[in-house]
Amino acid sequence: MTSHTVCFVETGETLACTDDRSLLASMERLGRKGIPVGCRNGGCGVCKVRVIAGTCERRVMSRAHVSHDEERDGYALACRITPSSDLAVQVVGKMIRAFPERTGANAEKTGE
Amino acid sequence: MAMTGVLRPGHACIRVLDMKEATHFYGEVLGLIETGRDSFGRVYYRAWDEIEHNSIILREADSAGMDFMGFKVDSEASLDRLEADVRAYGIPTERIPAGDLLQTGERVRFQIPSGHQIELYAEKARLSTPQSGNNPPPWNPEAERGIAPIRFDHALLYGPDIEKVQDLFVNVLGFHTSEQIMLEDGKTQLAIFMACSSKAHDIAFVRHEEPAKLHHVSFYMESWEKVLRAADLMSMHKISIDMGPTRHGVTRGTTIYAFDPSGNRFETFAGVQSSYPDHETLTWTWDEVGTAVYYHDRQLNPAFLGVVT
Repeated sequence: MTSHTVCFVETGETLACTDDRSLLASMERLGRKGIPVGCRNGGCGVCKVRVIAGTCERRVMSRAHVSHDEERDGYALACRITPSSDLAVQVVGKMIRAFPERTGANAEKTGE
Repeated sequence: MAMTGVLRPGHACIRVLDMKEATHFYGEVLGLIETGRDSFGRVYYRAWDEIEHNSIILREADSAGMDFMGFKVDSEASLDRLEADVRAYGIPTERIPAGDLLQTGERVRFQIPSGHQIELYAEKARLSTPQSGNNPPPWNPEAERGIAPIRFDHALLYGPDIEKVQDLFVNVLGFHTSEQIMLEDGKTQLAIFMACSSKAHDIAFVRHEEPAKLHHVSFYMESWEKVLRAADLMSMHKISIDMGPTRHGVTRGTTIYAFDPSGNRFETFAGVQSSYPDHETLTWTWDEVGTAVYYHDRQLNPAFLGVVT
């Protein structure tokens, strides 16, 4: 098992990722945030990233979220790529927030 | 009220990214029974207590999601009548020939305002199973193989114009609205839950900008204990879990949301209340939207509104 350093270009933060699990799984395992977590299985697209530098293994992912052209430009779903070298990554995907999620009832429970 | 017209959800065709992974999951982990494969490579399943040839159909594709959902109607006469009613309502329909889906008769397909493909059918082969015929036992070994739901129960779909969808399902297809969740203005619906039976829901919709999206297909379990057993199996097989085990305020269902290997969300749930056409629609207000969806957490996780296929 080899470890590679993944650098998020917007924030400069780094993540130590092993080559036995996906980039997203490494992030979750380390209790880190930065890439939104959705289905974890290549279908929903919320964890979309762009690999600016470095190489990775890719597994099948939904073409609804990563087209052939985008794939050539380094776009991928973080749940479907495993680093095979150090990577520089830009986070592209986001959770759709069509409606506010925090409500009065929640504030009551969470004390916010 | 005796059930006539549309009887129940009959099938859903789900797109998967890798059929080998998908058949392992649906056949071994979820524990559905494979009933056939067709010339297009589609794989057919039923749950152990279902009497028809298929309820879940998998199609390998380059994107996840749901191709179509079909409802069983009580007769060919009802199929003809409902086809004419949908057309008269202003929605075009097409007939898909018998045999396009294995062991399934002609289907009437139409696109509803949320962008989803909905089908009606009257005929599908009934299988001889341990639970059919005279003096049936309450279960058989298939009821303990994998998660082993009793049936494909309903789907929650995401798309625009859900008030138009509600009008179609209620006024043309004969459903009633069992529950609804309102947005902050108290007038606009965030979600609608509708039934053609006395179940809490047979289909549900959440308002969403992008059309034709799948939130989840749902499988009915016998008990809360079986839902917990499903949770155990999900962790034993490292299945991606979204939420739960918990309870929904809406429908009172005990539940787990998780994802198939292509990222399609599914639910295993139990214990929901009944609904009848003469009951008033239960309304959940915006300030309690969290409890409506997740009764114990009392807040929506971002994935509920943001993660669909």
